[in-house]
Amino acid sequence: MRYGATTAVDGVSLTVPRGRVLALLGHNGAGKTSLLQVCEGFRPADGGECRVLGLDPIRDHDELMPRLGIMLQSGGVYPWATAGEILRLFASFSANPLNPDMLIDRLGLRKFERTRFRRLSGGEQQRLSLAIALVGRPELVFLDEPTAGMDTEARHTTWQLINELRTDGVSVLLTTHLLDEAERLADDVVIMRAGRVAATGTPAELTAAAGIDLLEVRADSGLKSESVNYKVVETSPGEYSVTGALDAAAIAEVLTWFAASGAQVTAVNSRRRTLEDVYLALIKDNKAGAVR
Amino acid sequence: MTAAVLPGTAHNGLARGRVELLQFIRDRTAVIFTFAFPAMLLLLFGTIFGDSYEDTGVSVSQVYTASMIAYGILSTGFITMGSGLAMDREDGTLKRLHGTPITATAYLLGKLILVLVLSVAEVTLLILVGVLVYDMPLPDASHWVVFGWLFLLSVIACTLCGIAVSALVKRARTAGAILNVPLVALQFISGVFIHPITQLPSWLITVASLFPVKWMSQGFRYVFLPDEMKVYEAAGQWELGRIALVLGAWCVIGLALCLVTFRWTEKDR
Repeated sequence: MRYGATTAVDGVSLTVPRGRVLALLGHNGAGKTSLLQVCEGFRPADGGECRVLGLDPIRDHDELMPRLGIMLQSGGVYPWATAGEILRLFASFSANPLNPDMLIDRLGLRKFERTRFRRLSGGEQQRLSLAIALVGRPELVFLDEPTAGMDTEARHTTWQLINELRTDGVSVLLTTHLLDEAERLADDVVIMRAGRVAATGTPAELTAAAGIDLLEVRADSGLKSESVNYKVVETSPGEYSVTGALDAAAIAEVLTWFAASGAQVTAVNSRRRTLEDVYLALIKDNKAGAVR
Repeated sequence: MTAAVLPGTAHNGLARGRVELLQFIRDRTAVIFTFAFPAMLLLLFGTIFGDSYEDTGVSVSQVYTASMIAYGILSTGFITMGSGLAMDREDGTLKRLHGTPITATAYLLGKLILVLVLSVAEVTLLILVGVLVYDMPLPDASHWVVFGWLFLLSVIACTLCGIAVSALVKRARTAGAILNVPLVALQFISGVFIHPITQLPSWLITVASLFPVKWMSQGFRYVFLPDEMKVYEAAGQWELGRIALVLGAWCVIGLALCLVTFRWTEKDR
């Protein structure tokens, strides 16, 4: 997919199976929203093939839309209409909509039901936007940064709703900048960089594939680390951070080195790498690769 | 999948039309500048030009009232639709709707309902000003029949042209400036602001005759003025057949332009 001379999405291949949540990660301009727009039928792809529920998003638009739920990042809601009026309007377009009142209660919008959209806070507008995406009982939902601007409670409610969608067999494709959100919600993660897929897998696969754990060791201060094969940094006096390919043998080797250095080890903690660690390592090498 | 049937275009259009009306009524700026402006202009012109046409007993204010009905419909249909569509395209309203089962026809039907209701209110207000302030007599039943088809053809032609022209508007904030250029120019050459139209050079009358405004204002003058006023028209006749023909042609042209130029987002063509 191209914007003038700039290629925004290039050679991306992904599938969202029924009843699974796929999180699309990437920095601003990585091509996430552009990819979503192709899947949602808002833009034609310049090449390749896109099938959504087995249909072409542009050619089969009218057949596809009743089966999709789309949450845009922002905009497109009548500013002078109230939250209740807006949700009921969008519900009225569907053959068998969810009860708008149920969604209003679930998303904590009851006290804003008669508030005009323009008077809602950013987080409240996001909650309404999510309700609009879900009210038509979609089979597949596209959520573009669904919890951006939401407070903690609303974010947890949204996560719960997404989990319920998965349980009900609804497929979800979401973009997010919140890596804990992706790790918590997603069955599958695709990390995009400069319009291409940089990594893909389940959160567990991605974190395990990194093969690196962080070891925090408390021991005597002032040890020199030159003689060990792993990176040992004394973060504060007597507190060491060890990184590298830390499998069981490696950890034994590190602890042996501490003992051989004559240090008294008083505490050892290992920490599994998070998705955020994996993500940051992946994009670090290509900061200049942003395109939009 | 559910076996339930999707709501039809008419249902979706009506539902959207209701919200469009709520939107409009709640935005006081839109109400004042779109809805009340033609009536304010009529009061201004009627106050400035207080003369009468010789041997007819018809005042200039009454002629303005009839002509300004054309302006009211033009302003409501062309400007409201043209700028509204540009705004909907820019702020993502059209994009969000495109991601629902709603069709372009249902979307436009919602807008047409808004324009129809506003036009009825607009015309009622102008007639009230004419009757109450300028003693304009109300026409008989046969003239009201002409008013009916003239009103509908005018609203449809102006609305369709507004939709088509909105495709030329790149940014919503420039919509007013872009749309007002043809609107004001056409009123000066179409016998709305300057009457009788025969004061204008004949080539300018020919140009005006290509567009709907001249025929709309001529038609409304037929409805609300006595028959002897026809001598002040370009042909010395009311030309009802030609009025229907030109306005009908503009409905077809406007529809064709809409089908060619309508786009859901700024970038989908």
